[in-house]
Amino acid sequence: MSTNNKLLEVKDLKTYFFTDYGTVKAVDGVSFSLKKGETLGIVGETGSGKSVTALSILRLIPKPSGKIVGGKIIFNGKNILEMDLKSLQNFRGNRISMIFQDPMTSLNPVFTIGNQIMESVILHQRLSKKSAKNEAMKLLELVGISEARKRLSSYPHEFSGGMRQRVMIAMAIANTPDILIADEPTTALDVTIQAQILELIDELKHKTNSSIILITHDLGVVAKYARRVMVMYAGKPVEFSEVDNIYYKALHPYTMGLMNSITRLDEERRGKLKPIKGSPPSLIDLPKGCIFRNRCNYSIDKCSKRYPPMVEIKKGHFVACYRSEEMMENKIVRKN
Amino acid sequence: MKDNILLEVKNLKKYFYLRSGFFFQRSSGIVKAVDGINFYIRKGETFGLVGESGCGKSTTARVILRLIAPTGGEAMYNNTDLFKLNRTQMFKTRREIQIIFQDPYASLSPRMTIGDIISEPLEIHKIDDKKRRIEKVKNLLEVVGLNPEHINRYPHEFSGGQRQRVGVARALALTPKLLLCDEPVSALDVSVQAQILNLLSGLQKEFNLTYLFIAHDLSVVKHVSDRVGVMYLGKLVEVAKSSDLYKKPLHPYTMGLLSAIPIPDPKLERKRKRIVLEGDVPSPIDPPSGCRFHPRCPNAKDICSNKEPELKNYSGDKDEHLAACFFAGKPI
Repeated sequence: MSTNNKLLEVKDLKTYFFTDYGTVKAVDGVSFSLKKGETLGIVGETGSGKSVTALSILRLIPKPSGKIVGGKIIFNGKNILEMDLKSLQNFRGNRISMIFQDPMTSLNPVFTIGNQIMESVILHQRLSKKSAKNEAMKLLELVGISEARKRLSSYPHEFSGGMRQRVMIAMAIANTPDILIADEPTTALDVTIQAQILELIDELKHKTNSSIILITHDLGVVAKYARRVMVMYAGKPVEFSEVDNIYYKALHPYTMGLMNSITRLDEERRGKLKPIKGSPPSLIDLPKGCIFRNRCNYSIDKCSKRYPPMVEIKKGHFVACYRSEEMMENKIVRKN
Repeated sequence: MKDNILLEVKNLKKYFYLRSGFFFQRSSGIVKAVDGINFYIRKGETFGLVGESGCGKSTTARVILRLIAPTGGEAMYNNTDLFKLNRTQMFKTRREIQIIFQDPYASLSPRMTIGDIISEPLEIHKIDDKKRRIEKVKNLLEVVGLNPEHINRYPHEFSGGQRQRVGVARALALTPKLLLCDEPVSALDVSVQAQILNLLSGLQKEFNLTYLFIAHDLSVVKHVSDRVGVMYLGKLVEVAKSSDLYKKPLHPYTMGLLSAIPIPDPKLERKRKRIVLEGDVPSPIDPPSGCRFHPRCPNAKDICSNKEPELKNYSGDKDEHLAACFFAGKPI
């Protein structure tokens, strides 16, 4: 693919939180690009910075503790981080919109569903109230809510978790955005409902030809829906490639460890899982050098000196590990 | 076939009565959280219970321990019915049956050191003197993979996975025979989840424990369990050996559930056909008539809404494969 179809480009993004206990480097040097029409998966465990990355793109970092301290986010040739408030409001929810994790808390309980969907339509498309209502009804039908007209005047508490997430999706796609950021869209939902919601997002993506950033900790979901995947660990990207490379030819020890930690439905009962030892570091007090080194089976002296840069080890496959070349050429025995 | 049974649950029921009004409370409905379930657990095996939120799996564990009072049924533990024991007898029996809770943040008191937390069961049951208790706690900390020197630390000083290890140590303090694990890993990250699962399976071998393992994540349950029961709206709809359940599910709900879970294997996922169950889980206050799954079932016929199917054995060999469906085994 050529380079000019990059819809969004994030370059060396740094978002820190300044707390009484010290500086939390929630996102520390994230770079990636998003192509038109693709689904990009961002995976990582709690505190790996995947949600903060998403919030940074929309400049929704809570103030005053949080601050984007460096980097660029280029969308359509413009740096989002340099936009004034007015143009930011024009583009937020319009060109890029977001589906949040918890449908229970991200809808306003005192307004009707109709009201909340119409709000963004009126704001961005400058429709009259009447046509906005029609639009909201169409959107509800599109996301699979029956009796849409009646449902417009319902309040969020009258909906189940899955239905609320459908409403959230309706709001997010109201202005046919170019990019939809789905931040753990199904984590709060039951498995059968999760399948419904993910299928819906995928279907809408094909209909509107938008791009999706899918943020999740579920490696199964990523395998199914994402084309390219970025694996994050403690605020930094550690590996970034096509989904098949990540799952079958992972080169970063953390990615390899993750793949060995998951229980799989399609496998015979295995003996033991091979988890990664230890637990993720505190973001305030990160180890010097490679942040994964303390949990890594392959660390060498070099790892404790400087953080390994993200290198394109082969076309389209980025890894931040000093030993990725040896790993690729099978010069080291994989311990996991 | 049914030899060596440690716990047998028969026709277990737990209803919650809803009341409305402040002064003149009237009954406004019954939530049949668990509505007549039967299963047994053999000594040394792991029995998994899966289902979506509100299906009654956690309630089942709590009722067995009598943390909440049962509405009906029996729980035969070593041939005595737990529900017929009086307070002192139950108190004694609880030494042998312990529970691990889901949320390692909420289930440990923030004001107690982990040493106090783990020795509390020993104190309550008046086992050993103080000095020996401390010895025991240190030993337990080592068993669950924590540093015994951290005995005087508070829960907030530990990560989620480490806290869950404390929860495991507390449950082990009384050297129980049966451990009820209520979603022990669902609050944890994958890499830590794997550590706890390995710990649990190691402990099972070491101390010859029997597990009732409750979770909503079917792949986790399948990994740890010998046999699995699938619950839907307060009923068991299928019980089978864990490999059979995956290879040849009989109940349409199990089929839908299995198909809904994406497998972390992109090539496989691209080929896999997905069955998406429609609709939501109905409210347990007013469950559907007949088979509770019929409104969402692609195979439903008239009979399904009129009559409730019973759990029947469909397996020819020694391992039972039970399903509650009139059209068991029919693909959806």
